[in-house]
Amino acid sequence: MALTEKLADATEALITAYPAPQGEGKWATDARSNALATLRENGAPTRRDEYWKFTNPSTLIGTASSAAIMHAEEKPVFDDIDKLLVVFVDGVYRADLSDDLTIEGAAIETLQDAMAKDIHWAKDVYGVLEANGQSPVSRPLAALNTATATEGLVIHVTGKVSKPVAIRYVRQNTDTDVMVHHAVKLEEGADITVLENGPAAARFNSCLEVDVADTASFHHARAQGRDHERCAATHMFARLGKESSFKSFTLTVNGALTRNEAVIEFTGDDAMASVSGACAGDGAFHHDDTVFITHDAVNCESRQVFKKVLRNGATGVFQGKILVQQIAQKTDGYQIAQGLLLDDDSNFLAKPELEIYADDVICSHGSTVGAVDETALFYLTSRGVPKAEAQDMLVLAFMDEGIQEIEDEAIADDIRERLGAWVERRRD
Amino acid sequence: MLKITNLKASLEEEDKQILKGIDLEIGEGEVHAIMGPNGSGKSTTSYVLSGKGGYVVDEGSATLDGVDLLDMEPEERAAAGLFLAFQYPVEIPGVGNMTFLRTAVNSQRKARGEEELNAAEFLKLVREKAKSLKIDADMLKRPVNVGFSGGEKKRNEILQMAMLEPKMCILDETDSGLDVDAMKLVAEGVNALRDGKRSFLVITHYQRLLDHIKPDVVHIMSAGKIIKTGGPELALEVEHNGYADLLNEVA
Repeated sequence: MALTEKLADATEALITAYPAPQGEGKWATDARSNALATLRENGAPTRRDEYWKFTNPSTLIGTASSAAIMHAEEKPVFDDIDKLLVVFVDGVYRADLSDDLTIEGAAIETLQDAMAKDIHWAKDVYGVLEANGQSPVSRPLAALNTATATEGLVIHVTGKVSKPVAIRYVRQNTDTDVMVHHAVKLEEGADITVLENGPAAARFNSCLEVDVADTASFHHARAQGRDHERCAATHMFARLGKESSFKSFTLTVNGALTRNEAVIEFTGDDAMASVSGACAGDGAFHHDDTVFITHDAVNCESRQVFKKVLRNGATGVFQGKILVQQIAQKTDGYQIAQGLLLDDDSNFLAKPELEIYADDVICSHGSTVGAVDETALFYLTSRGVPKAEAQDMLVLAFMDEGIQEIEDEAIADDIRERLGAWVERRRD
Repeated sequence: MLKITNLKASLEEEDKQILKGIDLEIGEGEVHAIMGPNGSGKSTTSYVLSGKGGYVVDEGSATLDGVDLLDMEPEERAAAGLFLAFQYPVEIPGVGNMTFLRTAVNSQRKARGEEELNAAEFLKLVREKAKSLKIDADMLKRPVNVGFSGGEKKRNEILQMAMLEPKMCILDETDSGLDVDAMKLVAEGVNALRDGKRSFLVITHYQRLLDHIKPDVVHIMSAGKIIKTGGPELALEVEHNGYADLLNEVA
């Protein structure tokens, strides 16, 4: 069988594995059929694709693992933060466990409710940003998500929302294969913080599309759940207007396979975006951050800051691209991805890319990989700090540059606490 | 207090002996100075005593109040009362100076079976000590030594020393990179810790630090050995005549 036929078969198998939603409004049906067409055109991901070289997509598209062990969290991340809580159990929205969705400055609906309507503002966001993000690099699992996801939130932000909307993914069954899709539209000057936490499912596919209008601000922090054998493919698509800002941070501890994609496009001048993350992996852990930032406007700043601590054969992957179009003068692009290997068995694979067509830009990128700094370790121990504790301090310090990208101190401190506990649990 | 007997040590990576038989005894409350040309093994002595990796002890012993230092981990040596003020204090981005100090102080207290200081007690103590060293609140909040000037780094070393209250302090070229005023400030900090019990080993190239921290005994080191021992006048002799005469004298 020819390669193309094989791929077509794999793609059809993927499509048939997920039932097509029925009885939805016209806009939803259109969005889904567009996504299906994209998926058929690009095909399911394979190891031969350039951006899947470091991460094997087969576990993300084959039969979902049924044995993924569930981890009981003592206390959910962001629990102490004043928030509007929205709970999904095994990928299904649960009104009984969630706060009332009414909040000043935003209209929050479930995706299901929005899709039932014939006309909805979400038609300008849902599947639209995702479709924009399909070139030059295809993202088949995102297209699949758009085509089939029935759970999620659609949030229309018109003002400054006083507290974060915190989405909590609870996992109850072992063999869950879950898809969630959120669409957020911020009007001019609007401001919202969205938090996500929890393991969601044995296999999780999520999409978050964020349309940030001029002068609006979107803040996002998430903690991917601690279930050891879970796997996840997440996608973020953002479009940024003039003088807007977008900040997203991801904490990942545990999980067998995590692929986090972020696709950001600057369409208005003087905007800023930051995509950052800290991950800590032990053993069977593969973590992939794939970021694509397009500067298509003047004087925008983008930052990518990723820190990965790896031990016992864990693997960290970073693929980050900054594309600066010809009109995007005065672009300031910063990209750093660093791996801290706590032993010789772990791996950090990095592929930083810059593609620049404008001549008046500052773009810097750095990828480093190394072990714990012996000189710093000696300095700390010479002051009486026990070696294990000193190493923990250095590991946390290493990840802190990523955490510093979070604007809200309470959120940042919650993340620090989680990482501190992780590090402490794994003392030699 | 500190007793070093026939200490011989080599670099781990290359088969090169740096210390070739050091004998040194520092009594309670005494201040000793080690002077010597570059490459004579002064800094190596401080590293081997404090337990830095990369060195192998070939022979000899070093004890602090009768306890064998060379068998211990660096943190155990610190808890036993040894302190090394680094020639080049290490910058540690991401670790707050306060957090570091408090962890260090409480780790040592814990190791010695003493009660740990709570946040309020610690804060009070550190503010008091920092004030006399002209270390402001901002320096305490910043990451360890990051963005500190040469003088600030050395003052930070002395602050750590003041907080940890060691029995035996080794100062490795604490005067390097300091202007006259900064050196005075550091020396004052050190002198404030001289209480008749605490002992000091001051490693330096130059006599001028010893104008401010007056030693009881001065040792001249060369090629991994102490070649001459005398009073403070020995430091003055070096200042006037350099090391050449002394080296010839011994040869």
